[in-house]
Amino acid sequence: MTNVVHVKFFARLREELGVSSMDIPAEEVPDLDALIDWLGRAHPTWQPILQRPLMTAVNQSMTHLNHPLKAGDEVALFPPVTGG
Amino acid sequence: MTETAIEVRVSPEDFTVQTEYDALCAANARDGAVVFFVGRVRDLNEGEAVHGLHLEHYPGMTETVLVRLAGRAAERWPLSRIRIVHRVGDLHPADQIVFVGVSSSHRQAAFDGASFLMDFLKTEAPFWKKETSPDGATRWLDARQSDSTLADRWR
Repeated sequence: MTNVVHVKFFARLREELGVSSMDIPAEEVPDLDALIDWLGRAHPTWQPILQRPLMTAVNQSMTHLNHPLKAGDEVALFPPVTGG
Repeated sequence: MTETAIEVRVSPEDFTVQTEYDALCAANARDGAVVFFVGRVRDLNEGEAVHGLHLEHYPGMTETVLVRLAGRAAERWPLSRIRIVHRVGDLHPADQIVFVGVSSSHRQAAFDGASFLMDFLKTEAPFWKKETSPDGATRWLDARQSDSTLADRWR
């Protein structure tokens, strides 16, 4: 499973999508924008959920949506944080 | 440049304020100022009674973000010690959630450093709160614009 990007979902997003993690072929998702598009195409019911405010991290660092992706990356999508 | 000792702990376990304070002070005669903040679970939030609070986090990233935040505070103010303790899991009203403490030789640096850490912890550390009401209904809390505004004043 080295030619994939690992995706994790947290909190309300995880509950609404009904999945906590998945692998996506790396060649199909060159950057985070493309990954979110890919998720919406693969799961049309997810589109409105993914259009809400999201925070994104790649390899456990916060990133912006045009962040490039490569095989083996760990991507996380989650709602704005509410700790403290 | 001050060498800063940074301690970060994310755990379901409760913490004791005295123990955390002592760790900021032990063998530390250099710092005349200690500032700490404790965040607790309220029994009423946004007009809704709260029975329980579940705290989810992103294991691994949470600790990394908190250590980096502490590093940013240490670059900006002369802080000798920084301690951040954050609980996860199931909590109830009046339970402690978070401890942020700093020590410094300067009072204003200690106040500002602690405030900076809390403002960015609330807007950048991957924690999420889910409340349970007395009738068993649950709701995920929404991020507040006021928290982002507080963090922005340090930029």
